[in-house]
Amino acid sequence: MAYFYALTVFETGNYMNLFYHFGKYILLLKSLFVKPEKVSIYWRETIRQMNEIGIGSLGIVAIISVFIGAVTTVQTAYQLISPLIARSVIGTIVSDSTILELAPTITCLVLAGKIGSSVASELGSMRITEQIDALEIMGVNTPSYLIGPKIIAAVLIIPCLIIIAAFLGIYGGVLAGSLTGILTPEEFSIGARDSFRTLNLILCMVKAVTFAFIITSVSAYQGYFTDGGSLEVGQSSTRAVVFSCILILFADYLLAELLL
Amino acid sequence: MIELRNIAKSFGDKEVLRNISATFEPGKTSLVIGTSGSGKTVLMKCMVGLFEVDSGGVFYNNENFSKMNINERKAIRKEIGMLFQGNALFDSMTVEENVIFPLNMFTDMSEKEKKDRVNFCLERVNLKGANKLYPSEISGGMMKRVGIARAIVQNPKYLFCDEPNSGLDPQTSIVIDKLIQEITQEYNITTFVNTHDMNSVMQIGDYILYMFEGEKHWEGTSKDLMTAKNERLENFIFSSEFLKEARKHYVK
Ligand SMILES: Nc1ncnc2c1ncn2[C@@H]1O[C@H](COP(=O)(O)OP(=O)(O)OP(=O)(O)O)[C@@H](O)[C@H]1O
Ligand SMILES: [Mg+2]
Repeated sequence: MAYFYALTVFETGNYMNLFYHFGKYILLLKSLFVKPEKVSIYWRETIRQMNEIGIGSLGIVAIISVFIGAVTTVQTAYQLISPLIARSVIGTIVSDSTILELAPTITCLVLAGKIGSSVASELGSMRITEQIDALEIMGVNTPSYLIGPKIIAAVLIIPCLIIIAAFLGIYGGVLAGSLTGILTPEEFSIGARDSFRTLNLILCMVKAVTFAFIITSVSAYQGYFTDGGSLEVGQSSTRAVVFSCILILFADYLLAELLL
Repeated sequence: MIELRNIAKSFGDKEVLRNISATFEPGKTSLVIGTSGSGKTVLMKCMVGLFEVDSGGVFYNNENFSKMNINERKAIRKEIGMLFQGNALFDSMTVEENVIFPLNMFTDMSEKEKKDRVNFCLERVNLKGANKLYPSEISGGMMKRVGIARAIVQNPKYLFCDEPNSGLDPQTSIVIDKLIQEITQEYNITTFVNTHDMNSVMQIGDYILYMFEGEKHWEGTSKDLMTAKNERLENFIFSSEFLKEARKHYVK
């Protein structure tokens, strides 16, 4: 449903709608920048979110990255079957593509599903049960209290997850290489070190921070402005995931274009 | 003191509130009564700014709340306690955390002072010992009372209660009514209560506003109510034969 909504926006050129949401989104972001009522509470909330997003996503990130590294190794070897090319090239390709693309982008696409839907449905159900109104009446600045800590937590912790993902991805590649006898860990590491550039790592981190921001802010926007009942909460959460994913891919392209 | 001056509110082309003016005084419990769907909740939400009024204004001590900017509103809101019709408890927090939340957020009290205050409030709504339970683990009536405890924890100057005793048994209901009346008088609070409950109307209504289809149809005190000559109001208040009989005896 939400997916089709996204498609119709893009296909039928219902751009006014798009601009409307974009403007509202920017205004929401702007309202985050106010002095917190109580710094200690905001800080505690940020730590809690970091724990939830970071520790909570560690398992799935680990599994995905090991497998993706392994699969990339096996498939690259399959495509590079030629005696003219050194086997260490496989190490180069796997480590470069893991750092540059697979670790940040694939991981964040998965995190968009996990974190995005939970952020949107949490805020959405708070909205429909009037919990956000209750905060508002107390005099709390609800966007900055409810959304600020989530964005800060994600922007701090997702890059850490991505570093772990990159390590595990390369490790998965090494493992698959030696288990299947495609290349030895030594050959792999020669290839990996050969091409290593700091710029790759920087780009990886820039992507991680950008995607983290996209996931939390877009999902928070969807959840915060939920209107209706539990059906709409579900729709907001689907929309959060769909839009986050689309925007991640879009930003991915832009960043590659700009920085490489 | 809160004053409504000719406020109106519509959703789309549906007029929910029409030209309502009224004055709510401190130290008095003002009740708004009316059939389901007559616009009581919308009126309350307009008064606290959750809905914007289309025309007219809500005045807090002669300051136009409807025209205030966000910071001025926040200053007023810190003096408002509100109980929502659906309670609006924070479901990720325990009863105690719910009630302590405004204190954590806005005061510099010590942990002990906050705990004492929370326990005091929970005791006043007859909820001793429920501190560590989550909203999903308590009954509807208990949630309502937690909502009230949360609304009064900061000693508000203005108290808004949307149906404080719907879903409560008659006995607890009276306890809550008494509580609302007591704190209103004790701390000179301007209290605004939406209710269906005829017990409350008779017990604590210092000022009663009867709404009918989004309009102010009658206003007065609970004494006036007994002798009011207004057919709609009579049918609404004295809906059962029993009450009609009781009224006859009272008037005699
Ligand atoms: N957000 C909204 N959008 C559109 N219409 C609304 C909205 N909120 C309330 N209404 C309409 O306003 C009217 C008054 O609703 P309100 O909730 O104020 O009734 P009420 O007097 O509080 O009733 P009850 O005693 O059942 O709580 C209803 O007809 C309702 O359909
Ligand atoms: Mg209502």
